Amino acid sequence: MISGGSDTSYRKHSVVGRRMFILSAAKLVVFGGIIAQLFSLQINQNKKYLTLSDKNRLREWKLPPIRGDFQDFFGNTIAGNLKVYQLHIIPEQVENFNSLIIRVKDILELDQKTFNKIIKKKNSQKPWETLIVSENLSWDQFVKINFYLHELSGVKPVLSVARSYPYNENYTHLLGYVAQASQNDLINNNEIKKRHVPGLRVGKIGLERSLENDLIGMNGVQRYEVNAYGKRINQIDHIEGQKGKSIRLTVDTKIQQKCNELLKDRAGSISVMDIYTGDILAMHSSPSFDPNLFLYGISYQDWENIRNNPKKPLINRSITGLYPPGSTIKPIVALSALENNVISPNFKVNCSGKIEMYGQIYNCWKKKGHGVVNLRDALKVSCDTFFYEMSRRLGVDRLNKTAKKFGLGNKVFNNIFNEEKNGLVPSTEWKKNALGRGWVLGETLITGIGQGYIQTTPLQLCLMTAQLANGGFRINPKVIVNKEDLTFEEIKSKMSKNLEKKIQGPEFDDALVDLKASSGQEDSLYSPLFRNKENIKFVLEAMFASTNEFGGTSYSSRIEDKKYQFAGKTGTSQVKRITEAQRELDLDIAQIPYEDRDHALYIAFGPYKNPRYAMSVFIEHGGSGGSTAAPIAKKLFKVVIDRHDEREKIKQNGSNLEI
Amino acid sequence: MFQETALSGQSTFFQKLRSLDYILLFCLLILGLVSSLSMYSTEGGSVLYHTKSHIIRFIVFFSMMLIFSFVNLKLWHSIGYIFYFVVLCLLIWASLYGVKASGSQRWVDLYFINLQPSELMKVAIIMCFAKFYHRTQIHLVNNFKNLIVPIVILILPILLVVSQPDLGTSILIGISGLVVLWLSGVNAKYFIYSSLVLLISLPFVISFLKPYQKLRILTFFNPDRDPLGSGYQIIQSKIAVGSGGLSGKGFLKGTQSYLDFLPEKHTDFIFTLFSEEQGFIGSVLLLLLYAIIIYRTAKIGTSARSFFGKLFCYGYASSIFVYVTVNMSMVLGLLPIVGSPLPIMSYGGSSMLATMIGFSVVMSTKIYQKQIIA
Repeated sequence: MISGGSDTSYRKHSVVGRRMFILSAAKLVVFGGIIAQLFSLQINQNKKYLTLSDKNRLREWKLPPIRGDFQDFFGNTIAGNLKVYQLHIIPEQVENFNSLIIRVKDILELDQKTFNKIIKKKNSQKPWETLIVSENLSWDQFVKINFYLHELSGVKPVLSVARSYPYNENYTHLLGYVAQASQNDLINNNEIKKRHVPGLRVGKIGLERSLENDLIGMNGVQRYEVNAYGKRINQIDHIEGQKGKSIRLTVDTKIQQKCNELLKDRAGSISVMDIYTGDILAMHSSPSFDPNLFLYGISYQDWENIRNNPKKPLINRSITGLYPPGSTIKPIVALSALENNVISPNFKVNCSGKIEMYGQIYNCWKKKGHGVVNLRDALKVSCDTFFYEMSRRLGVDRLNKTAKKFGLGNKVFNNIFNEEKNGLVPSTEWKKNALGRGWVLGETLITGIGQGYIQTTPLQLCLMTAQLANGGFRINPKVIVNKEDLTFEEIKSKMSKNLEKKIQGPEFDDALVDLKASSGQEDSLYSPLFRNKENIKFVLEAMFASTNEFGGTSYSSRIEDKKYQFAGKTGTSQVKRITEAQRELDLDIAQIPYEDRDHALYIAFGPYKNPRYAMSVFIEHGGSGGSTAAPIAKKLFKVVIDRHDEREKIKQNGSNLEI
Repeated sequence: MFQETALSGQSTFFQKLRSLDYILLFCLLILGLVSSLSMYSTEGGSVLYHTKSHIIRFIVFFSMMLIFSFVNLKLWHSIGYIFYFVVLCLLIWASLYGVKASGSQRWVDLYFINLQPSELMKVAIIMCFAKFYHRTQIHLVNNFKNLIVPIVILILPILLVVSQPDLGTSILIGISGLVVLWLSGVNAKYFIYSSLVLLISLPFVISFLKPYQKLRILTFFNPDRDPLGSGYQIIQSKIAVGSGGLSGKGFLKGTQSYLDFLPEKHTDFIFTLFSEEQGFIGSVLLLLLYAIIIYRTAKIGTSARSFFGKLFCYGYASSIFVYVTVNMSMVLGLLPIVGSPLPIMSYGGSSMLATMIGFSVVMSTKIYQKQIIA
């Protein structure tokens, strides 16, 4: 019954045994191969795969860096970070997102547009990513949300930081503002690109923009273990970020606010400067706007209001507004004439209200004429006829040199503001290069009264006034406080040392030429800009007369108290050429259309006995300088002088404020 | 010879109990424990659905295996063809009325269990061949008729499984069948000829493959072709194994698996998870465990007197080897990804059932090793 014969059965068994033996040998080889592969992966290439595995599971999240503050000279924060209340939802952790978000909408009273935006944002991100429903809850909304929180599971009220400008419109043009980083910001600034996180706010204009790399700070980093779908499982590491550098400015909020108040409802600019240290105490352009509006994306209505305002709030008039300086340039014209020995102080001109030169009639602002005037009187009453005659003798090129030296036609700051303008002080060479035409002599006359091609910014006029008022020395205008800044005393002693050097120097008379060669260089800082000290003195004295002597153009704005007494020069610059017929009409300012009205200017320094501060006031289409700009300067001078002691106190023991 | 026949027929229960292969049983238990722990790890260190049902299945099927071990080898021999036909019918049933899941129709709904007949076919084909060659005399093995019949027996289930479609299982059935054919004495030249024919017809076969299957083969040759698509599984599996290092990341600490980078970690890629957590040492030990199981199974075959028992044990040992090798080579990037579970380790009831049925027959061969089947 045994299947097959015992012989065949034996053969069968031996065949299968033999073949199984061969197979077993093959199996050993194959297992060896598998072990070899295991060895290769786990021992030889372990490092490589360990790195790959870490790359899989570890992911870093950059936290937004905290921006550095701006402080005024007294340490008040003028741009800081405010705690804001935000509302976050992680959709994944919510049972019924749709009903929740409608509930939240009702509680926060969101309008349909905002609501749609939130839904759109939700659909564009992963369900475990935080959905920011509101970046800035009002306190009322925050309270309300907290009240209903028990029925809003999944909703998280969160405390976060956001930029804030506590003085609203006061510092807008100086500081600029921040808004969400755009594609352009990322392309143009590598530091922004390195630190960028969604929603990062960066400076768009002003100091916020130019000091971006100091302000921006360092990102914090959170390292998480994530799963294959990118969901955070647990936090591995947290590196604190670093707040950006805080920057202290030279400005005084009290003065700045006063400027804003004085310019209310007007288009214009006020700049106040320390005539020795070059500190900008205030620099305001009006009308302004609230930079806080830009933080969360400005609303359409607000933006239209700013954009369509006929007085153009977006323009920073102090440094980008170019206007003919009008009579405020006369002190420089007078100085230039004296310095170049074109006339003596006793030179006299008979003003009959107009003068005919080169076949054309040039009018003085006073139709009846000033009669016989000398240089001092001409400055005091701002006699145009005198300046026509003097400019004719001086020539535009010599005037150009003096004006440029004192700060006109050049940027005041070293590229702190990218939008700052150069302005223009014409010369024969300039005209030939720029316009391709030769200089016409008549153009010299109108340049001498600050009209024609000449254009300056209000801040340039302020610097010019400061450099006259300090006795004619070059100073370093600045808005940012530095540790290395020289004190008033140090600067004063430097100036007198430089003056001594100049007097003892062999080429006394040629110093003017020397200075020109070295102008703009560091070593010329605090050096005299004049040839003869007496000339400066003469001009300053004439400016005093203009304000404080009866008949002076700003006599009505004088302050008799010696503490506040200041000297100044008015300017009224024409916006368009007026015809003889219009001149005869002598219209009242209210009867002229706004855009055709003259610009009102005023430059001043004080206190007259020991000058310390200079200012320029500019009112766009404000009418005459004497009636509009000078009274503003009078009001402001009180504040500036009253703040002086406070400022000195800070300077003496303010080392703790140095940042 | 007479004596022995008489003896085996009359041995008592305790004699049978004593003659069980305890080393093999011990190894299977260890493997069951390791697989349960691995399943526990796939669920991030908590006993959830997969772990629970895996443990239950192991216990149930292991006990079943012990009971079935006492079934007389004669009975296994006598049901060899029936078992094959039943499973074949189930395969046809599956392809007609089967349960569909993830694009293929592999399962038969038996109300209490969703059975995957293709897994059972892996054992059935060996039993069927063992019975066939038990009766065939050695000099008739290479007869035309005796060549055609086994080929038909082999081709039928392969075609059914391929049509499900389940390339992996059909390849495994095919290889196990071919190994048994080779063991039973089919002339080596037929294997050489047929592999030549296969090689020539390969381009045509490929043209019949489904696009995703072609993609897998292409991906095997260059996983970086599409690292987030079809190459993802093999890349992530190699990262997991490679990052395990010498001693592994530690139990429950396999980041690739618990952070879900590893696909199919319960089933085909269970070895990857084990290897990531236990490292080179653990992996080699696991391989050694399988080697012992294969060796013990083959050893039982060597001492079996019946050709049925011998061929089954040899064939089963070899097919276990094939399953282990294919699965490991696949997750280590040595072979293209085809669905193939690692015996006992991988999650899957039908696979576990089939494996345990196989070991029942092996144990039965051990108990009745001296028996000669007519």
